[in-house]
Amino acid sequence: MRLPLLALLARGPAHGYELKQDLEQLLGSAYPQPNVGQIYVTLGRLEKSGLIEGEEVEQSSRPNKKIYHLTDAGREALRAWYEETADEPRVRDEFFMKLALAPQTGLADQIALINKQRRRYLNTMRELSKLATTENRDNRISQLLIEGAMLHLQADLDWLERCQEELEEQE
Amino acid sequence: MSRTPPAPRAENPSPRAGEPAVLRAEGLVKTHYGEGAPAHAVRGVDLSVRRGEFVAVTGPSGAGKSTLLHLLGGLQKPDSGSIWLDGVCTDGYGEARWAIERRRRIGIVFQFFNLVSNLSVADNVELPALLAGVSPRQARAEREQLLAELGLQGKERSMPGELSGGEQQRVALARALVNHPPLLLADEPAGSLDSKGTREVTRLLSRFHQRGQTIVLVTHDARLASAADRVISFFDGRIADDAELDGAPSRGLGISGVLELKD
Repeated sequence: MRLPLLALLARGPAHGYELKQDLEQLLGSAYPQPNVGQIYVTLGRLEKSGLIEGEEVEQSSRPNKKIYHLTDAGREALRAWYEETADEPRVRDEFFMKLALAPQTGLADQIALINKQRRRYLNTMRELSKLATTENRDNRISQLLIEGAMLHLQADLDWLERCQEELEEQE
Repeated sequence: MSRTPPAPRAENPSPRAGEPAVLRAEGLVKTHYGEGAPAHAVRGVDLSVRRGEFVAVTGPSGAGKSTLLHLLGGLQKPDSGSIWLDGVCTDGYGEARWAIERRRRIGIVFQFFNLVSNLSVADNVELPALLAGVSPRQARAEREQLLAELGLQGKERSMPGELSGGEQQRVALARALVNHPPLLLADEPAGSLDSKGTREVTRLLSRFHQRGQTIVLVTHDARLASAADRVISFFDGRIADDAELDGAPSRGLGISGVLELKD
């Protein structure tokens, strides 16, 4: 959450609730709604580490609100973020360990494990398909997020298929 | 797109207890003999599809899933085993009888569309209706309605070769559904389409399913398979798993876990 908030502030000063709304509008309902409390906590931390600065603004009928802006250090942190490439996605290592160790424990059958895991992925894929049809089609960012999740799941399913092919041959 | 599309005639979309399965297979076996070792494509398959069900068969290429679909549509004959359509055993059916069933009771779409290349889009769709004895006027009405439903207005006079892959598959879908068959078989219908075409086919199959169309789909694409409400995993000629997708949020994180951006 830290760097996306910095990125939103690169455009200009904003207060916490505005940032929450901006994030929702950008990502659509595909992304789990950011919790406003979490946003305020993160903004507090960013301020403490000197990446943003807040300014109290008086409001007549409501408590003061704090408008934040990016500091030079914040802009630098954001620049560094864009310099770096992101980590590769990783194989679901918990499932892999279960699968690899199953024969030694005598507690689970490898093919049954694969089938169970596949059912779960397929159900999640189904939820994602539904989300893609209910989500606003014009929100490209949101649609791309859903499509990315689906392609990752597709890869995981392909890999389960490979596991099943290999492990069934051994039987 | 606002027109009401044809629903399968006089069919109840919800499966009813006591009603014969739209499709039932028992002990299906098929071995291909060619050069080299015999290929055991289908090795003892039992399967029952209820009215209104949308079943996807997935598995690696070469697992025999397309052969299975061809057996179910009477395009190939099993070495042993039986198939029932609406409770009627097809054991004694020859090629001619299966051809009639494929006009009346079973619509099929293929990976490479298999449209008649020297017939226009309109003629491709109307032909099976005319062959089934529908009047030309009625065939034209059905064709117009289906093409409109599938977003192909204005393409009636085009030849298949002038259309994109996605459009050709939509024409093939119209042709398969023009006689309101109780059962639609689809063999890798998105296999030669890009990601956008795949989404389009997925959406259309879901829509026909929601209106009560019974569908059996063979695909290696999990995105397409997840549109079905039942997924059969096919490995090495056998059913390895047969799972109802309930769409209920899975335990654990489910989609929010998949979509969540890390701190």
